[in-house]
Amino acid sequence: MTFQQVTLELLKGFGQNCVIFVVTLAAALPLGLVIAFGSMSKFKPLRWLVRTFVWIIRGSPLMLQLFIVLYVPGLVFGTPFRQRIVAALIAFIINYAAYFSEIYRGGIESISKGQYEAGQVLGMTRTQIFFKVVLLQVVKRIIPPIGNEVITLVKDTSLAHVIAVPEILMMSANFTAKGLVWPLFYTGVFFLAFSGLLTILLSFVEKKFDYYKG
Amino acid sequence: MALLTVENISKSFSSTEVLKDISFSLEKGEVLAIIGSSGSGKTTLLRCLNFLERPDKGRITVGDELLLDAEDGREYTEAVTRKKRLHFGLVFQSFNLFPQYTVLQNIVLAPELLAKEELKAGHEYKGCTTFAQAQKAIHEEALGLLDRVGLSAKVNSYPCQLSGGQQQRVAIARALALSPDILCFDEPTSALDPELTGEVLKVIKGLKSEDSTMIIVTHEIAFARDVADKIIFMSDGIIAEEGTPEQVINNPQNPRTQEFLSRFNEN
Repeated sequence: MTFQQVTLELLKGFGQNCVIFVVTLAAALPLGLVIAFGSMSKFKPLRWLVRTFVWIIRGSPLMLQLFIVLYVPGLVFGTPFRQRIVAALIAFIINYAAYFSEIYRGGIESISKGQYEAGQVLGMTRTQIFFKVVLLQVVKRIIPPIGNEVITLVKDTSLAHVIAVPEILMMSANFTAKGLVWPLFYTGVFFLAFSGLLTILLSFVEKKFDYYKG
Repeated sequence: MALLTVENISKSFSSTEVLKDISFSLEKGEVLAIIGSSGSGKTTLLRCLNFLERPDKGRITVGDELLLDAEDGREYTEAVTRKKRLHFGLVFQSFNLFPQYTVLQNIVLAPELLAKEELKAGHEYKGCTTFAQAQKAIHEEALGLLDRVGLSAKVNSYPCQLSGGQQQRVAIARALALSPDILCFDEPTSALDPELTGEVLKVIKGLKSEDSTMIIVTHEIAFARDVADKIIFMSDGIIAEEGTPEQVINNPQNPRTQEFLSRFNEN
């Protein structure tokens, strides 16, 4: 196996990681906001339901959640997943949405009451206050913790190999099984390059918000 | 006829009675100063007028429109509350400017949203029939207001680039931009050091000459005496004394007013 062949194989695997990464972010970021609203609801039963859900998701291993999502449809409804990556995506989206929801909640609750009241006395509606006054301030505050989760997600995508999604770590494990160990270490380069890129991107976004304080 | 009539307002928070049967009225163009120690209910009274708190009892009338009868048990929709609220403007102790917007954006945000809605509903907004016209008018008015509070040079600054006094002057312009019938100030200088207090008080004084009706909750006794037509001294949720500055500050009758004012004179 030449270096080039190994690289190509690993890249194929890393494509799966990238798919998980992109789809998870695209779905979990908005879903997290919905969950955050649920966990702040004035309607107590809903609030407790949502908070219990978040506790379960955050309180159990993502690896276990992957297994549950993969096996439960087959066991209960007799319809197993045809594509394992779909199961992986569902588990990742739910897991990350739960974490994002707590970050959103913290961000929204950190905005002072005075901002809402200022909007109210200026005759703005609740929706206007949220979108025109609060949201941008929340975004600024939650970029660092969201960035943390995003970087974690890059590495977590490799967990998908436990349900046999052919992602990069699984590919390199295949090489190891054939007696070729170095590709396993080589995978680290892919993760480092990707998270390095994201770090630069995140600090760029953070700088975009530097124009104001508060 | 009085512009504002407040009748028998009471408000409790759990078991604490913060306002007990407050009544007063205000003529158009009058300035009312409310003084009194912390916890006497001054701020709660302003918050009731601005619909940030709902009183348990009492009525609030502006002109000939009954805005609130607390005991009719009606819950107003958000749209109705907003309309009623717009009779009043409120300047907060802690400014509460929107940090992500420039000075100008802070002022035009609410009027523009309002204009958009009015036009969408098929109404005119201050004589304008298109949003472009309304926007132009709103911006011109905002620039005029900034000139009045002496901040023409700061149009494109962000709140974090301004001193406390400047921020409060922007907040005053922002409240004025909606042309409220009655402008309320909730201890507008309490968060400012003495150096900056002066510039804000000067701006408020400047507004008086332009014939706007104002209610000012303040600890600046000298300022209250200078600017107010009428003074209310509140103590433990009641109006302990009210009258002209001459009566209340120079010649108080109620022992509680006397005690309160003597503490100021000592300093």
